[in-house]
Amino acid sequence: MLYVVIIFLWVSLLLYLVMGGADFGAGIIELFTSTQNKSRTRRIMYNAIGPIWEANHMWLIIAIVILFVGFPTIYATMSTYLHIPLTVMLLGIIARGTALTFRNYDAVHDNMQKLYNKIFVYSSFITPLFLGIIAGSAVSGRIDLQANNFADAYIYSWFNWFSVAIGFFTTSLCGFLAAIYLIGETHDDTERRSFIRKARIMNVAAVLSGAVVFIASIKENIPLVQWVFGNFIGIAAVSLATISLILLWYLISRGKRYIIRVLAGFQMTMILLTTTYRHYPRIVILKNGGYLSLIDHRGADKTIHALGMALLIGSVFILPALFYLIWSFRKKDGTADALQH
Amino acid sequence: MDNFMAARSQMALSLGFHIIFSCIGMVMPFFMAVSHFLWLRKGEQVYQNITRAWSKGVAIFFATGAVSGTVLSFELGLLWPTFMKHAGPIFGMPFSLEGTAFFIEAIALGFYLYGWKRFNRWFHWVTGLVVGISGLTSGILVVAANSWMNSPAGFDLVNGQYINIDPIKAMFNPAWFSQALHMCIAAFAATGFAVAGVHALMIWRNRNVDFHMRSFKIAAIFGVIAALLQPLSGDISAKMVAKRQPAKLAAMEAHFKTEAYSPLILGGIPDEKNKKVDYAIELPGMLSFLVYDNFKTPVKGLDQIPQQDQPPVTVTHFAFQIMVGLGIAMMAIGAIYLLALWKKRNWFKKGWFLKLFIAATPLGFIAVEAGWTVTEVGRQPWIIQGVMRTADAVTPMPGIHYSFYLFAAVYFTLSIVVIFLLYRQIKMVPVMYDVKPKNLHTN
Ligand code: HDD
Ligand code: HEM
Ligand code: HEM
Repeated sequence: MLYVVIIFLWVSLLLYLVMGGADFGAGIIELFTSTQNKSRTRRIMYNAIGPIWEANHMWLIIAIVILFVGFPTIYATMSTYLHIPLTVMLLGIIARGTALTFRNYDAVHDNMQKLYNKIFVYSSFITPLFLGIIAGSAVSGRIDLQANNFADAYIYSWFNWFSVAIGFFTTSLCGFLAAIYLIGETHDDTERRSFIRKARIMNVAAVLSGAVVFIASIKENIPLVQWVFGNFIGIAAVSLATISLILLWYLISRGKRYIIRVLAGFQMTMILLTTTYRHYPRIVILKNGGYLSLIDHRGADKTIHALGMALLIGSVFILPALFYLIWSFRKKDGTADALQH
Repeated sequence: MDNFMAARSQMALSLGFHIIFSCIGMVMPFFMAVSHFLWLRKGEQVYQNITRAWSKGVAIFFATGAVSGTVLSFELGLLWPTFMKHAGPIFGMPFSLEGTAFFIEAIALGFYLYGWKRFNRWFHWVTGLVVGISGLTSGILVVAANSWMNSPAGFDLVNGQYINIDPIKAMFNPAWFSQALHMCIAAFAATGFAVAGVHALMIWRNRNVDFHMRSFKIAAIFGVIAALLQPLSGDISAKMVAKRQPAKLAAMEAHFKTEAYSPLILGGIPDEKNKKVDYAIELPGMLSFLVYDNFKTPVKGLDQIPQQDQPPVTVTHFAFQIMVGLGIAMMAIGAIYLLALWKKRNWFKKGWFLKLFIAATPLGFIAVEAGWTVTEVGRQPWIIQGVMRTADAVTPMPGIHYSFYLFAAVYFTLSIVVIFLLYRQIKMVPVMYDVKPKNLHTN
């Protein structure tokens, strides 16, 4: 059962990265779109993500619940030492979720829309940035249980080159995912071309920030190169990701919207696999060389068993319903009804 | 403000905020299901308009409820890491099931809000009902987690170690039923009165009377039935509290002295130093009767509880009086409503009748907040009754008061914006949903 729970944790993180990521990315793209194209981008985006955005964000809640029920020490340690970035991320989640809904459901369309848009795009940027910082901090080995001053315990635990670089990397991946997704939701050629261009820019940004992550890891003495290239799975995953990237560049302008989506999702899977495989099951690495492991720091057996059962039974209900939801709203010309006042 | 107070205040603020949105998220889908059903059955346009207008409100509340809930699931760790480290695996079962319920709710909401004209009409209707049912389920589950903090079960504490953990037994702890029942009824009462009150205001102002009158009737009947049941369920809760948390009961009643024929104390100002209540009305024997069904058996007072285990009396007592007082007031309004429905149909258009409901708009939610204050403050100084003290659970990180101020500002702003949006929704009703005369004559 422990492995069932761990797989659910991993898959929830992956799905949050892919589905929630595309969702954040839509806001990031809006941030970098010229003013005259903004409202069009916004319309396409809203029609595409409106029906499923609530569901996309449930993956984060599932991951958190798995963590605090199944691996309470890990949850408690992370939420103590990463209190500040977690709080910033929460503020981002609040701002973004409410701004998106408010701008769609405000009965009167006036200057308030501008405010909602501003909040929406900036929080779409901040939230994945800090999500990445939190993920990076977990493995950066800066969490210091023996720290005896505020800065060492609660600031430097996350404020370092590596974590921040991971933050920017995550953000550009989100933008990339969104652009790939939205290519398939456009109505005409000009729109499509503009999203293709955006996808390419975001892709370059992701590769560049990925390179920065490696440089930062060397600077911070984090054995990232060894984690990624020091084993067969790592090398294989990186190669597959590279091949799919080349394929993607080729197919992107050929109107194969499902294939490019699958390829982009596949790339994310490979990226998450390489970054987690090598140091699994140690998901938090501490400054003193110790670590928190999914195996050693799990909750009581009965709890893990019950949690695993709950997840299995839950997925019997959730997965078909979710699949049907996405399938029902896949048609790109479906105007979201809620927008028609 | 010290760290500990700041953490408690932030927790109380976040939950107090979330509870309003979650109550509405649990109950509004049922109102919508009723008006949607009437539309499908009778084909009167006005019912579809009501459903659509409500569904926009629900979308706003749902999103706010969802983000504030997400914040809570992190806050448990951000503020109370020691508590979560030990309690997580024990009381986590309802949370993991709740995850499923939320997920289903979010999926069903996607179908419902965006599914007009896309799906079979009855399938569409059912997805709306599923939103309500899964919302109610999540409410029950999360309250089961809270009731575990009041009546811990499903583990043994041996030399500071939590062993023999049984998450199922922890979920079905002795208090879960009384608390979950009371909470669900409260959600219906509070939301029903609030929605009815807003529509009553519009009728009174003579705006779109047909639209608002029908909305009013749907919301009011739910609220009224719940308000009539609430005191009964409150009685079950109080008996349960007497059994498992005598200190909380004593604080609720400001009951300082253990004696035969224990009096029920109404109103008054507790004087914690001199252990008495000033200016109160005492009904001798009534407390014994309410708790033990006879007038004589003494009810345990605060004098039998060690000083360091006593909850704050004044806050708990006032909160309890407020809840019960409002509960009785709402029950009375409910009785008037039923009388109007049964015998005096013309009351519905009378100014005093509408004003009564307008005045009652916030009562249910005030009672909800007061009720939670009773439950949570009455449990102090324990975070897990008799097992772990709240002071031992708080995060070691200093400076939580900054975080508290920040969240207070955010929640304050959000409340203002939500009220502003609702105001605009209601203001736009004539523009968006004005019933054309031809529709009025279709029935
Ligand atoms: C509309 C709201 C509302 C109304 C009218 C009432 N209550 Fe209540 N009450 C709640 C809303 C609420 C609540 C907010 O939902 C609580 C907090 C925790 C819980 O389970 O329900 C609660 C808690 C609560 C508790 C503590 C339970 C515990 O700690 O386990 C007691 C003893 C009562 N109530 C008793 C009553 C009585 C005797 C009422 C008589 C009229 C009453 N309530 C009306
Ligand atoms: C939504 C309804 C709820 C409200 C309005 C509420 C209100 C409060 C209040 C007023 C406090 C502060 C008590 C004090 O400082 O004296 C508090 C504390 C707390 N509550 Fe609740 N509560 C609610 C439900 C829950 C639930 C469902 C849980 C957990 C499953 C929970 C967990 C806690 C914790 C961990 C604390 C901090 C420790 C403490 O002060 O006891 N609460 N809450
Ligand atoms: C008595 C207290 C509570 C009740 C009755 C309650 C009920 C609900 C309901 C009905 C929803 C659905 C949102 C809606 O329909 O508007 C919701 C959302 C949520 N609640 Fe609470 N809740 C309570 C306290 C808590 C606590 C203590 C936590 C976390 C530890 C929590 C976590 C969540 C989360 C994560 C969501 C978002 C789910 C989503 O996206 O749909 N809730 N709550």
